[in-house]
Amino acid sequence: MTTASSPGRLVKAPENFLDAQGVAQVRAEARQGRRDFIRGAFAAAAAGAALPLAAQAQATAGAGAAGDPAILDLPEHTRGLGQPVVTDGYGKPSRHEANVQRRPSPGLTQTAQASVSFAPLQSLFGIVTPSGLHFERHHQGWWDIDPTKHRFMINGLVKTPMVFTMDDLMRLPAVSRFHFIECGANTGMEWGNVAVPTAQYTHGMLSCSEFTGVPLIALLERAGADFKRGRFVLAEGADGSSMTRTIPMSLITSGEVLVAYGQNGEMLRPENGYPLRLVVPGVQGVSWVKYLRRCEVGDQPWATKDESVHYVDLMPDGMHRQYSSIQECKSVITTPSGGQRLLDRGFYSITGLAWSGRGKVRGVDVSVDGGRNWRPARLQTPVLAKCLTRFSADWQWDGKPCIVQSRAVDETGYVQPSYAQLRAVRGTRSIYHNNAIQSWLVRENGEVANVQVA
Amino acid sequence: MSRWPEFALAFVLAVGAAGAAAQARDYAGVGRAATRAEVAAWDIDVRPDFQGLPAGSGSVQRGQEVWEAKCASCHGVFGESNQVFHPLVGGTTAKDVASGRVANLAERGYPARTTLMKVATVSTLWDYINRAMPWNAPKSLTVDEVYASTAYLLNLGGIVDDKFVLSERTMAEAQARLPNRNGMSTAHALWPGTEFGARRAPDVRAVRCLRDCPVSANVTSKLPDFALNAHGNLAEQNRKVGPQRGIDTAPPAVAASAPNPAAPTVTAARDGAAAATLVQKNNCSACHAPDRKLVGPSWSEIGQRHAGRADYLAEKIRSGGSGVWGAIAMPPQAIAESEARAIAAWLADAPR
Repeated sequence: MTTASSPGRLVKAPENFLDAQGVAQVRAEARQGRRDFIRGAFAAAAAGAALPLAAQAQATAGAGAAGDPAILDLPEHTRGLGQPVVTDGYGKPSRHEANVQRRPSPGLTQTAQASVSFAPLQSLFGIVTPSGLHFERHHQGWWDIDPTKHRFMINGLVKTPMVFTMDDLMRLPAVSRFHFIECGANTGMEWGNVAVPTAQYTHGMLSCSEFTGVPLIALLERAGADFKRGRFVLAEGADGSSMTRTIPMSLITSGEVLVAYGQNGEMLRPENGYPLRLVVPGVQGVSWVKYLRRCEVGDQPWATKDESVHYVDLMPDGMHRQYSSIQECKSVITTPSGGQRLLDRGFYSITGLAWSGRGKVRGVDVSVDGGRNWRPARLQTPVLAKCLTRFSADWQWDGKPCIVQSRAVDETGYVQPSYAQLRAVRGTRSIYHNNAIQSWLVRENGEVANVQVA
Repeated sequence: MSRWPEFALAFVLAVGAAGAAAQARDYAGVGRAATRAEVAAWDIDVRPDFQGLPAGSGSVQRGQEVWEAKCASCHGVFGESNQVFHPLVGGTTAKDVASGRVANLAERGYPARTTLMKVATVSTLWDYINRAMPWNAPKSLTVDEVYASTAYLLNLGGIVDDKFVLSERTMAEAQARLPNRNGMSTAHALWPGTEFGARRAPDVRAVRCLRDCPVSANVTSKLPDFALNAHGNLAEQNRKVGPQRGIDTAPPAVAASAPNPAAPTVTAARDGAAAATLVQKNNCSACHAPDRKLVGPSWSEIGQRHAGRADYLAEKIRSGGSGVWGAIAMPPQAIAESEARAIAAWLADAPR
């Protein structure tokens, strides 16, 4: 670990954490080997949420003669008795992780029931989103539905309209698959210009889970669906908005679309559709109807509100694209990312997420010079179809300003576009399906800003 | 499966190539036939070809009454309000009604897109009003009220005249005059199947350039400094260990540490758990929030203005009102008297 006095340490304490006098006192007392004040500073920092970078650095500096007090002064947890089993029947994250929360974007919506919260991508590892941090999108508020009273109906172009209870559905052979879910409007605030500060808000309408359920095809088959005339399926929710979307039959017949009740080994969370939701891999989240109560087989699409008034993509000529569904290949660097501050010069592992609604990610390239030169990143296994893929690339930061970017390519050969390339075709007013390359500017002081480049 | 061999065969043909689906199996005893009444209760969707549209009718005039009672509080008397949701009405012209394309959609500088500028199918309006409106009491409108409020909405947009009566027989007339009826396209590569025609190649073609790529790498857009704190203190939104921290974007210490005399303290001081359940149950929170104005005033504002007046508030909750807190009226609420009294007591008697 580097010390505060070593060259290259760029970051000072936040001004409201320790004033100049406090810093001087820490420094002086650290030299003398007194550690009480430093411990106090740590406790204060733990109580608040601000980060004591200088204090941390000073504490390490205090190592001076004998060493690091975090090593030399055996802490409470090393000298005492810990807590018993089942202190909490359903365990929660460490209290030190309180900063990692899903959050709304102020001003984005005017009600809290038809609204969005964003997953904290900047703080997540691997590819799975903890269920409690999964992004939320509700159209008329969320419910915690009694699963014993929930029913799933199939009607329309079927031989026998059928009703299934949760008992019925959970009795059938289940499949479990990892898939990403991304709102069609993810990154939508940035079509015209930079609008939000961090990866949480630029890309956080994105999550990835292991979903467990029954392929919808098996249930349609059971009801005797007419697959010749029945080329579309309407999915409908049981909540107040009774959300409806037209689902592509081709994804149903391929076996990909699931009627899911499981998420990451437990039941779906209420905010994510408990007890039943549709899983439509590769397709925008609005089609993954929550609180799923009904599927209707039909010979025409439905032009529902969320495929006729919203979730339609405005093109420069004033035409709207309707039934736009696939989330095209996209990626974002989460470390370093907007609103963060690098600790120091030297080694970093640039890391982020890549995904494609058309299949697997074939590769990710990383640039640290604003897109002039690129080099391939490592893909972390597993690399799964229509699922998040974690990538990383080694990087030595020399302390100079630079712009970091990632660019994903999927197995169809589709290359994630730049803003210039995307806007040349689709303009800037679409709202939906913005999959442009994200740029983060690393400043000399280590602060990272959301920027767009030409 | 054996009961429906032709579908089993279709299934095998359909999924055989992909090989990703479960095999056709006999799931005897799983699920049951739906009754006619069950299907009727849930099968409420209306398609663009009007399949599913029930018989009924409603005039523009009747629609205005329904609108002012049940819709205007969120959408404005003329469907123009943007206070709660996007405006429904505005931006369309008689020329658009004739052409079926809304000209303003091609205007880069046009400030907003209203529902009537976008919607291409009148069935969409009917279906959504029927299934999801009003916001805090979905599915409470009669069929005739849905026709009437749809007629009024269309009238506000100059699509049908004041004397128009919308019914299952006149829906096609309204459809033929919808301003953006020709404004939707499925000619894109974002639908996974071939249901809308042959597959298309993606519209944006980027190249995987690796060396000396033709970019200037100049920053063209960034957040202004004053906006850095718009999402709160970013230092509190990042983990406290790792290769980075969040930038401290808190306003200067004085402002941050000043005690906030307003709502949160008041709210926290109340024993509001029971009341919170009631306001949720009765959909009050669709329009009211603890500490800020939503559609209506905050709990805190109401409590301050009407401290000690529980009887008055209980009556107002049930009867609704207008003019006390601004232009947006509160419709009468179908809430049990005991619950209205409990909420009123919580609002009026909170310590502050």
